[in-house]
Amino acid sequence: MITIDNVSKWYGDFQVLTNCTTRVAKGEVVVVCGPSGSGKSTLIKCVNALEPFQKGSIVVNGTAVEDPKTNLPKLRSHVGMVFQHFELFPHMTITQNLTVAQIKVLGRGKDEAMDKGLKLLDRVGLKAQANKFPGQLSGGQQQRVAIARALAMDPICMLFDEPTSALDPEMINEVLDVMVQLAGEGMTMMCVTHEMGFARKVAHRVIFMDHGAIVEDATKDDFFGKPHSERAQVFLAKILQH
Amino acid sequence: MGDFDFSTITTNWRFLAEGLRYTIQVTFTAMAGGILLGTLLALMRLSALWPLRWFAATYINFFRSVPLVQVILAVYLILPLLLQSLTGRLIPIGADNSAYFTFTIFEAAYYAEIIRSGIQSVPRGQVAAGYALGFTYSQTMRLVVLPQAFRNMLPVLLTQTIVLFQDVSLVYAIGATDFFGAADKITQRDLRPVEMYTTVAVVYFVICFALSRLVKYLQSRIAIIR
Repeated sequence: MITIDNVSKWYGDFQVLTNCTTRVAKGEVVVVCGPSGSGKSTLIKCVNALEPFQKGSIVVNGTAVEDPKTNLPKLRSHVGMVFQHFELFPHMTITQNLTVAQIKVLGRGKDEAMDKGLKLLDRVGLKAQANKFPGQLSGGQQQRVAIARALAMDPICMLFDEPTSALDPEMINEVLDVMVQLAGEGMTMMCVTHEMGFARKVAHRVIFMDHGAIVEDATKDDFFGKPHSERAQVFLAKILQH
Repeated sequence: MGDFDFSTITTNWRFLAEGLRYTIQVTFTAMAGGILLGTLLALMRLSALWPLRWFAATYINFFRSVPLVQVILAVYLILPLLLQSLTGRLIPIGADNSAYFTFTIFEAAYYAEIIRSGIQSVPRGQVAAGYALGFTYSQTMRLVVLPQAFRNMLPVLLTQTIVLFQDVSLVYAIGATDFFGAADKITQRDLRPVEMYTTVAVVYFVICFALSRLVKYLQSRIAIIR
Protein backbone atom coordinates (compact mmCIF):
# COMPACT_ATOMS: atom_id res chain seq x y z
CA MET A 1 0.00 0.00 0.00
CA ILE A 2 2.74 2.42 1.05
CA THR A 3 6.33 1.81 -0.01
CA ILE A 4 8.97 4.17 1.29
CA ASP A 5 12.26 3.56 -0.48
CA ASN A 6 15.53 5.16 0.55
CA VAL A 7 14.01 8.58 1.27
CA SER A 8 16.28 11.44 2.29
CA LYS A 9 15.36 15.03 2.92
CA TRP A 10 17.33 18.16 3.68
CA TYR A 11 16.39 21.62 4.96
CA GLY A 12 19.25 23.49 3.33
CA ASP A 13 22.34 21.75 4.65
CA PHE A 14 20.56 20.07 7.50
CA GLN A 15 19.54 16.50 6.82
CA VAL A 16 16.21 15.63 8.44
CA LEU A 17 15.65 12.22 6.87
CA THR A 18 18.38 9.72 6.07
CA ASN A 19 17.73 6.78 3.74
CA CYS A 20 14.39 5.83 5.24
CA THR A 21 13.01 2.57 3.89
CA THR A 22 9.91 0.73 5.00
CA ARG A 23 6.58 -0.47 3.72
CA VAL A 24 3.06 -0.64 5.01
CA ALA A 25 0.96 -3.48 3.66
CA LYS A 26 -2.78 -3.28 3.10
CA GLY A 27 -4.61 -3.61 6.38
CA GLU A 28 -1.46 -3.15 8.40
CA VAL A 29 -1.19 -0.80 11.37
CA VAL A 30 2.28 0.65 11.76
CA VAL A 31 3.24 2.86 14.67
CA VAL A 32 6.12 5.28 14.20
CA CYS A 33 7.77 6.43 17.41
CA GLY A 34 10.97 8.09 18.52
CA PRO A 35 12.23 11.14 20.36
CA SER A 36 11.12 14.60 19.24
CA GLY A 37 13.06 15.93 16.29
CA SER A 38 13.72 12.42 15.01
CA GLY A 39 11.84 13.06 11.76
CA LYS A 40 8.71 10.96 12.40
CA SER A 41 6.26 13.70 11.47
CA THR A 42 8.36 14.73 8.51
CA LEU A 43 8.42 11.18 7.20
CA ILE A 44 4.67 10.71 7.50
CA LYS A 45 4.08 14.06 5.77
CA CYS A 46 6.25 12.90 2.89
CA VAL A 47 3.79 10.08 2.27
CA ASN A 48 1.07 12.45 1.03
CA ALA A 49 3.59 14.97 -0.27
CA LEU A 50 2.83 17.68 2.25
CA GLU A 51 6.60 17.73 2.61
CA PRO A 52 8.80 17.37 -0.45
CA PHE A 53 11.90 15.17 -0.29
CA GLN A 54 15.04 15.28 -2.38
CA LYS A 55 16.06 11.65 -2.66
CA GLY A 56 14.34 8.29 -2.84
CA SER A 57 10.84 7.28 -3.71
CA ILE A 58 7.47 6.83 -2.04
CA VAL A 59 4.79 4.84 -3.79
CA VAL A 60 1.23 4.96 -2.48
CA ASN A 61 -1.13 2.44 -3.99
CA GLY A 62 0.93 2.30 -7.18
CA THR A 63 1.43 6.05 -7.53
CA ALA A 64 4.87 7.60 -7.11
CA VAL A 65 4.45 10.65 -4.86
CA GLU A 66 7.63 12.39 -6.04
CA ASP A 67 6.74 12.09 -9.73
CA PRO A 68 6.06 15.63 -11.00
CA LYS A 69 3.33 14.20 -13.23
CA THR A 70 1.41 12.79 -10.26
CA ASN A 71 -1.91 14.45 -9.62
CA LEU A 72 -1.29 15.25 -5.97
CA PRO A 73 -4.78 16.52 -5.05
CA LYS A 74 -6.21 13.29 -6.41
CA LEU A 75 -3.69 11.16 -4.53
CA ARG A 76 -4.23 13.08 -1.28
CA SER A 77 -7.99 12.87 -1.59
CA HIS A 78 -7.84 9.19 -0.79
CA VAL A 79 -5.07 9.29 1.77
CA GLY A 80 -6.67 10.43 5.03
CA MET A 81 -4.61 12.54 7.38
CA VAL A 82 -5.18 13.50 10.99
CA PHE A 83 -3.08 16.28 12.48
CA GLN A 84 -1.72 17.00 15.90
CA HIS A 85 -3.70 20.22 16.17
CA PHE A 86 -6.87 18.84 14.53
CA GLU A 87 -6.93 21.56 11.85
CA LEU A 88 -10.68 21.61 11.51
CA PHE A 89 -11.74 24.67 9.55
CA PRO A 90 -12.82 27.10 12.29
CA HIS A 91 -15.07 29.19 10.05
CA MET A 92 -17.22 26.21 9.08
CA THR A 93 -19.71 24.22 11.12
CA ILE A 94 -18.97 20.58 11.91
CA THR A 95 -21.17 19.37 9.06
CA GLN A 96 -19.55 21.79 6.64
CA ASN A 97 -16.16 20.50 7.75
CA LEU A 98 -17.34 16.98 7.05
CA THR A 99 -18.88 17.68 3.66
CA VAL A 100 -16.83 20.40 1.97
CA ALA A 101 -14.12 18.14 0.56
CA GLN A 102 -16.61 15.43 -0.40
CA ILE A 103 -18.48 18.00 -2.47
CA LYS A 104 -15.58 20.00 -3.87
CA VAL A 105 -13.05 17.22 -4.39
CA LEU A 106 -15.03 14.04 -4.93
CA GLY A 107 -17.93 15.80 -6.63
CA ARG A 108 -20.56 14.21 -4.42
CA GLY A 109 -24.00 15.75 -4.15
CA LYS A 110 -24.88 17.81 -1.06
CA ASP A 111 -27.35 15.22 0.29
CA GLU A 112 -25.03 12.30 -0.26
CA ALA A 113 -22.15 14.15 1.40
CA MET A 114 -24.38 15.13 4.31
CA ASP A 115 -25.60 11.55 4.79
CA LYS A 116 -22.07 10.25 4.80
CA GLY A 117 -20.84 13.00 7.11
CA LEU A 118 -23.60 12.51 9.66
CA LYS A 119 -23.17 8.75 9.63
CA LEU A 120 -19.48 9.13 10.44
CA LEU A 121 -20.19 11.81 13.01
CA ASP A 122 -22.55 9.39 14.69
CA ARG A 123 -19.87 6.74 14.56
CA VAL A 124 -17.43 8.92 16.50
CA GLY A 125 -20.26 9.68 18.93
CA LEU A 126 -20.78 13.34 18.11
CA LYS A 127 -24.05 13.50 16.22
CA ALA A 128 -25.41 16.10 18.64
CA GLN A 129 -22.63 18.53 17.73
CA ALA A 130 -23.41 18.64 14.00
CA ASN A 131 -24.32 22.31 13.84
CA LYS A 132 -21.69 23.67 16.18
CA PHE A 133 -18.42 25.27 15.23
CA PRO A 134 -15.10 23.55 15.99
CA GLY A 135 -14.27 26.20 18.60
CA GLN A 136 -17.27 25.09 20.66
CA LEU A 137 -15.96 21.53 20.98
CA SER A 138 -13.33 20.08 23.29
CA GLY A 139 -9.99 19.01 21.88
CA GLY A 140 -10.91 15.34 21.98
CA GLN A 141 -14.20 16.01 20.23
CA GLN A 142 -12.46 18.11 17.57
CA GLN A 143 -9.98 15.34 16.90
CA ARG A 144 -12.78 12.79 16.53
CA VAL A 145 -14.46 15.11 14.03
CA ALA A 146 -11.13 15.40 12.21
CA ILE A 147 -10.96 11.62 11.95
CA ALA A 148 -14.54 11.52 10.67
CA ARG A 149 -13.66 14.24 8.14
CA ALA A 150 -10.80 12.14 6.81
CA LEU A 151 -12.94 8.99 6.73
CA ALA A 152 -15.67 10.78 4.78
CA MET A 153 -13.32 10.74 1.78
CA ASP A 154 -13.31 6.91 1.79
CA PRO A 155 -9.53 6.80 2.22
CA ILE A 156 -7.50 3.76 1.21
CA CYS A 157 -5.19 4.42 4.15
CA MET A 158 -4.93 6.80 7.09
CA LEU A 159 -1.98 8.82 8.33
CA PHE A 160 -1.99 10.00 11.94
CA ASP A 161 0.49 12.66 12.96
CA GLU A 162 0.63 12.64 16.76
CA PRO A 163 -3.16 12.71 17.02
CA THR A 164 -3.26 12.73 20.82
CA SER A 165 -0.25 14.79 21.83
CA ALA A 166 -2.12 18.10 21.91
CA LEU A 167 -4.91 16.68 24.05
CA ASP A 168 -5.60 16.83 27.75
CA PRO A 169 -4.98 13.42 29.31
CA GLU A 170 -8.64 12.65 29.93
CA MET A 171 -9.45 13.15 26.26
CA ILE A 172 -6.76 10.90 24.85
CA ASN A 173 -8.74 7.72 25.26
CA GLU A 174 -11.83 8.86 23.40
CA VAL A 175 -9.61 9.49 20.37
CA LEU A 176 -7.63 6.28 20.77
CA ASP A 177 -10.88 4.32 21.04
CA VAL A 178 -11.89 5.55 17.60
CA MET A 179 -8.47 4.64 16.22
CA VAL A 180 -8.54 1.18 17.79
CA GLN A 181 -11.97 0.59 16.29
CA LEU A 182 -10.68 1.73 12.91
CA ALA A 183 -7.69 -0.60 13.12
CA GLY A 184 -10.04 -3.42 14.03
CA GLU A 185 -11.94 -2.84 10.81
CA GLY A 186 -8.80 -3.45 8.80
CA MET A 187 -7.91 0.14 7.89
CA THR A 188 -4.33 0.58 6.71
CA MET A 189 -2.81 2.99 9.20
CA MET A 190 0.48 4.74 9.75
CA CYS A 191 0.51 6.46 13.14
CA VAL A 192 3.11 8.72 14.60
CA THR A 193 2.39 8.48 18.31
CA HIS A 194 3.88 8.14 21.74
CA GLU A 195 0.95 6.08 22.95
CA MET A 196 2.73 2.79 23.58
CA GLY A 197 -0.45 1.29 24.98
CA PHE A 198 -2.09 1.89 21.63
CA ALA A 199 0.92 0.40 19.85
CA ARG A 200 0.80 -2.72 22.03
CA LYS A 201 -2.89 -3.13 21.45
CA VAL A 202 -3.31 -2.66 17.71
CA ALA A 203 0.02 -2.19 15.96
CA HIS A 204 1.36 -4.92 13.71
CA ARG A 205 4.72 -3.24 13.44
CA VAL A 206 6.61 -0.52 15.22
CA ILE A 207 9.14 1.76 13.55
CA PHE A 208 11.58 3.56 15.79
CA MET A 209 13.29 6.66 14.41
CA ASP A 210 16.23 8.67 15.67
CA HIS A 211 18.07 11.56 14.03
CA GLY A 212 16.11 11.18 10.80
CA ALA A 213 16.85 7.51 10.31
CA ILE A 214 14.78 4.40 10.85
CA VAL A 215 16.72 2.64 13.59
CA GLU A 216 14.35 -0.17 14.25
CA ASP A 217 11.57 -1.65 12.14
CA ALA A 218 10.17 -4.66 13.91
CA THR A 219 7.00 -6.55 14.67
CA LYS A 220 5.23 -5.34 17.77
CA ASP A 221 6.32 -8.31 19.87
CA ASP A 222 9.94 -8.01 18.81
CA PHE A 223 9.97 -4.29 19.43
CA PHE A 224 8.54 -4.44 22.93
CA GLY A 225 10.20 -7.75 23.76
CA LYS A 226 13.76 -7.37 22.56
CA PRO A 227 14.61 -4.19 20.65
CA HIS A 228 17.87 -4.60 18.72
CA SER A 229 19.27 -1.11 18.94
CA GLU A 230 20.51 0.37 22.15
CA ARG A 231 18.85 3.66 21.26
CA ALA A 232 15.43 1.98 21.12
CA GLN A 233 16.09 0.14 24.37
CA VAL A 234 16.94 3.40 26.13
CA PHE A 235 13.89 5.10 24.63
CA LEU A 236 11.57 2.31 25.71
CA ALA A 237 13.08 2.16 29.17
CA LYS A 238 12.48 5.90 29.53
CA ILE A 239 8.89 6.03 28.36
CA LEU A 240 7.78 2.79 29.94
CA GLN A 241 9.23 3.65 33.34
CA HIS A 242 5.95 4.67 34.91
CA MET B 1 -20.15 85.02 16.49
CA GLY B 2 -23.81 85.73 15.87
CA ASP B 3 -23.52 86.06 12.13
CA PHE B 4 -23.57 82.44 11.02
CA ASP B 5 -25.36 82.16 7.72
CA PHE B 6 -26.16 78.61 6.83
CA SER B 7 -28.10 79.61 3.74
CA THR B 8 -24.91 78.93 1.83
CA ILE B 9 -25.49 75.27 2.67
CA THR B 10 -29.22 75.13 2.06
CA THR B 11 -29.10 76.87 -1.29
CA ASN B 12 -26.24 74.73 -2.55
CA TRP B 13 -27.13 71.36 -1.10
CA ARG B 14 -27.68 69.77 -4.49
CA PHE B 15 -24.19 70.64 -5.61
CA LEU B 16 -22.76 69.33 -2.33
CA ALA B 17 -24.80 66.13 -2.53
CA GLU B 18 -23.55 65.59 -6.05
CA GLY B 19 -19.99 65.91 -4.75
CA LEU B 20 -20.70 63.51 -1.90
CA ARG B 21 -22.20 61.00 -4.34
CA TYR B 22 -19.02 61.13 -6.40
CA THR B 23 -16.83 60.69 -3.31
CA ILE B 24 -18.83 57.64 -2.25
CA GLN B 25 -18.73 56.17 -5.74
CA VAL B 26 -14.98 56.52 -6.00
CA THR B 27 -14.60 55.05 -2.51
CA PHE B 28 -16.68 51.97 -3.28
CA THR B 29 -15.13 51.42 -6.70
CA ALA B 30 -11.62 51.70 -5.34
CA MET B 31 -12.50 49.50 -2.36
CA ALA B 32 -13.98 46.70 -4.47
CA GLY B 33 -11.36 46.94 -7.22
CA GLY B 34 -8.55 47.51 -4.75
CA ILE B 35 -9.43 44.49 -2.62
CA LEU B 36 -9.74 42.29 -5.70
CA LEU B 37 -6.47 43.49 -7.18
CA GLY B 38 -4.90 43.55 -3.72
CA THR B 39 -5.81 39.91 -3.11
CA LEU B 40 -4.17 38.97 -6.37
CA LEU B 41 -1.07 40.98 -5.48
CA ALA B 42 -0.93 39.44 -2.01
CA LEU B 43 -1.12 35.93 -3.44
CA MET B 44 1.60 36.82 -5.94
CA ARG B 45 3.74 38.27 -3.19
CA LEU B 46 3.43 35.01 -1.25
CA SER B 47 3.93 32.88 -4.34
CA ALA B 48 6.72 30.34 -4.70
CA LEU B 49 7.54 31.76 -8.14
CA TRP B 50 10.03 34.57 -7.94
CA PRO B 51 8.84 36.60 -10.99
CA LEU B 52 5.40 36.89 -9.41
CA ARG B 53 6.90 37.79 -6.04
CA TRP B 54 9.16 40.34 -7.65
CA PHE B 55 6.36 41.95 -9.65
CA ALA B 56 4.06 42.23 -6.64
CA ALA B 57 6.78 43.59 -4.37
CA THR B 58 7.78 46.20 -6.96
CA TYR B 59 4.18 47.25 -7.53
CA ILE B 60 3.41 47.53 -3.84
CA ASN B 61 6.61 49.33 -2.90
CA PHE B 62 6.29 51.72 -5.82
CA PHE B 63 2.80 52.90 -4.96
CA ARG B 64 3.51 53.03 -1.27
CA SER B 65 6.48 55.35 -1.80
CA VAL B 66 4.79 57.89 -4.07
CA PRO B 67 2.42 60.58 -2.76
CA LEU B 68 -1.16 59.93 -3.79
CA VAL B 69 -1.59 63.43 -5.26
CA GLN B 70 1.28 62.80 -7.59
CA VAL B 71 -0.22 59.51 -8.78
CA ILE B 72 -3.58 61.20 -9.32
CA LEU B 73 -1.89 63.84 -11.47
CA ALA B 74 0.34 61.43 -13.32
CA VAL B 75 -2.44 59.04 -14.25
CA TYR B 76 -4.63 61.95 -15.34
CA LEU B 77 -1.91 63.24 -17.63
CA ILE B 78 -0.32 59.99 -18.81
CA LEU B 79 -3.25 57.59 -19.17
CA PRO B 80 -4.79 59.40 -22.18
CA LEU B 81 -1.42 59.44 -23.93
CA LEU B 82 -0.92 55.77 -23.19
CA LEU B 83 -4.36 54.88 -24.51
CA GLN B 84 -3.71 57.00 -27.57
CA SER B 85 -0.49 55.22 -28.35
CA LEU B 86 -2.24 51.89 -27.91
CA THR B 87 -5.41 52.61 -29.86
CA GLY B 88 -4.22 55.40 -32.12
CA ARG B 89 -7.19 57.53 -31.10
CA LEU B 90 -7.43 60.29 -28.58
CA ILE B 91 -9.88 59.17 -25.95
CA PRO B 92 -10.88 61.89 -23.54
CA ILE B 93 -11.18 60.21 -20.16
CA GLY B 94 -11.86 63.19 -17.99
CA ALA B 95 -10.79 63.91 -14.45
CA ASP B 96 -13.79 62.15 -12.90
CA ASN B 97 -13.13 58.83 -14.62
CA SER B 98 -9.39 59.01 -14.23
CA ALA B 99 -9.83 59.13 -10.44
CA TYR B 100 -11.72 55.81 -10.35
CA PHE B 101 -8.77 54.14 -12.01
CA THR B 102 -6.11 55.90 -9.95
CA PHE B 103 -7.66 55.13 -6.60
CA THR B 104 -8.19 51.50 -7.52
CA ILE B 105 -4.58 50.83 -8.52
CA PHE B 106 -3.20 52.97 -5.69
CA GLU B 107 -5.31 51.48 -2.92
CA ALA B 108 -4.61 47.98 -4.23
CA ALA B 109 -1.04 48.38 -2.98
CA TYR B 110 -2.22 49.15 0.54
CA TYR B 111 -4.95 46.52 0.56
CA ALA B 112 -2.42 43.99 -0.72
CA GLU B 113 -0.22 44.44 2.34
CA ILE B 114 -3.21 44.14 4.68
CA ILE B 115 -4.40 41.02 2.87
CA ARG B 116 -0.92 39.53 2.90
CA SER B 117 -0.70 39.85 6.66
CA GLY B 118 -4.23 38.46 6.89
CA ILE B 119 -3.25 35.41 4.86
CA GLN B 120 -0.16 34.94 6.99
CA SER B 121 -2.29 35.09 10.12
CA VAL B 122 -3.94 31.81 9.11
CA PRO B 123 -1.97 28.93 10.65
CA ARG B 124 0.05 26.85 8.19
CA GLY B 125 -1.63 23.73 9.47
CA GLN B 126 -4.86 24.94 7.89
CA VAL B 127 -3.19 24.96 4.49
CA ALA B 128 -1.81 21.48 5.11
CA ALA B 129 -5.28 20.28 6.13
CA GLY B 130 -6.75 21.70 2.94
CA TYR B 131 -4.14 20.00 0.78
CA ALA B 132 -4.46 16.76 2.73
CA LEU B 133 -8.16 16.61 1.85
CA GLY B 134 -7.28 16.87 -1.82
CA PHE B 135 -7.95 20.56 -2.38
CA THR B 136 -5.96 22.28 -5.11
CA TYR B 137 -4.03 25.47 -4.35
CA SER B 138 -6.90 27.65 -5.48
CA GLN B 139 -9.49 25.63 -3.54
CA THR B 140 -7.32 25.80 -0.42
CA MET B 141 -7.12 29.56 -0.81
CA ARG B 142 -10.79 30.10 -1.64
CA LEU B 143 -12.34 27.68 0.82
CA VAL B 144 -9.90 27.63 3.71
CA VAL B 145 -7.39 30.47 3.85
CA LEU B 146 -9.08 33.58 2.43
CA PRO B 147 -12.38 33.23 4.36
CA GLN B 148 -10.40 33.11 7.59
CA ALA B 149 -7.95 35.78 6.48
CA PHE B 150 -10.73 38.22 5.57
CA ARG B 151 -12.41 37.71 8.92
CA ASN B 152 -9.13 38.42 10.66
CA MET B 153 -8.34 41.51 8.66
CA LEU B 154 -11.81 42.99 8.22
CA PRO B 155 -11.29 45.78 10.78
CA VAL B 156 -8.05 46.88 9.14
CA LEU B 157 -9.53 46.66 5.64
CA LEU B 158 -12.43 48.90 6.60
CA THR B 159 -10.16 51.31 8.43
CA GLN B 160 -8.15 51.60 5.23
CA THR B 161 -11.42 52.26 3.40
CA ILE B 162 -12.24 55.10 5.80
CA VAL B 163 -8.84 56.62 5.02
CA LEU B 164 -9.59 56.14 1.32
CA PHE B 165 -12.93 57.90 1.72
CA GLN B 166 -11.16 60.95 3.13
CA ASP B 167 -8.35 60.79 0.58
CA VAL B 168 -10.76 61.11 -2.32
CA SER B 169 -10.68 64.84 -1.55
CA LEU B 170 -7.26 64.90 -3.22
CA VAL B 171 -8.94 64.83 -6.63
CA TYR B 172 -8.98 68.61 -6.34
CA ALA B 173 -5.53 68.35 -7.96
CA ILE B 174 -7.10 67.43 -11.30
CA GLY B 175 -10.21 69.53 -10.91
CA ALA B 176 -12.71 66.74 -10.29
CA THR B 177 -15.49 67.76 -7.94
CA ASP B 178 -15.85 65.51 -4.94
CA PHE B 179 -17.61 66.42 -1.72
CA PHE B 180 -14.80 68.55 -0.34
CA GLY B 181 -14.11 70.03 -3.76
CA ALA B 182 -17.75 71.05 -4.11
CA ALA B 183 -17.67 72.75 -0.72
CA ASP B 184 -14.44 74.47 -1.64
CA LYS B 185 -15.84 75.82 -4.88
CA ILE B 186 -18.92 77.24 -3.15
CA THR B 187 -16.74 78.79 -0.48
CA GLN B 188 -14.65 80.59 -3.07
CA ARG B 189 -17.81 82.05 -4.53
CA ASP B 190 -19.94 82.76 -1.47
CA LEU B 191 -17.13 83.54 0.94
CA ARG B 192 -18.73 81.72 3.88
CA PRO B 193 -15.81 79.45 4.82
CA VAL B 194 -16.70 78.91 8.48
CA GLU B 195 -20.22 77.63 7.83
CA MET B 196 -19.18 75.57 4.85
CA TYR B 197 -16.11 73.90 6.31
CA THR B 198 -17.86 73.24 9.62
CA THR B 199 -20.67 71.49 7.79
CA VAL B 200 -18.25 69.49 5.67
CA ALA B 201 -16.29 68.43 8.74
CA VAL B 202 -19.46 67.32 10.50
CA VAL B 203 -20.58 65.29 7.50
CA TYR B 204 -17.17 63.61 7.18
CA PHE B 205 -17.20 62.87 10.89
CA VAL B 206 -20.69 61.38 10.91
CA ILE B 207 -19.96 59.11 7.95
CA CYS B 208 -16.57 57.97 9.20
CA PHE B 209 -17.88 57.43 12.71
CA ALA B 210 -20.80 55.40 11.39
CA LEU B 211 -18.38 53.32 9.35
CA SER B 212 -16.17 52.63 12.33
CA ARG B 213 -19.24 51.53 14.32
CA LEU B 214 -20.07 49.24 11.42
CA VAL B 215 -16.57 47.76 11.67
CA LYS B 216 -17.22 46.97 15.32
CA TYR B 217 -20.61 45.45 14.57
CA LEU B 218 -19.33 43.30 11.72
CA GLN B 219 -16.41 42.17 13.83
CA SER B 220 -18.73 40.71 16.42
CA ARG B 221 -21.08 39.27 13.80
CA ILE B 222 -18.59 37.29 11.74
CA ALA B 223 -15.93 36.59 14.32
CA ILE B 224 -14.69 33.01 14.28
CA ILE B 225 -15.63 31.14 17.39
CA ARG B 226 -12.37 29.85 18.86
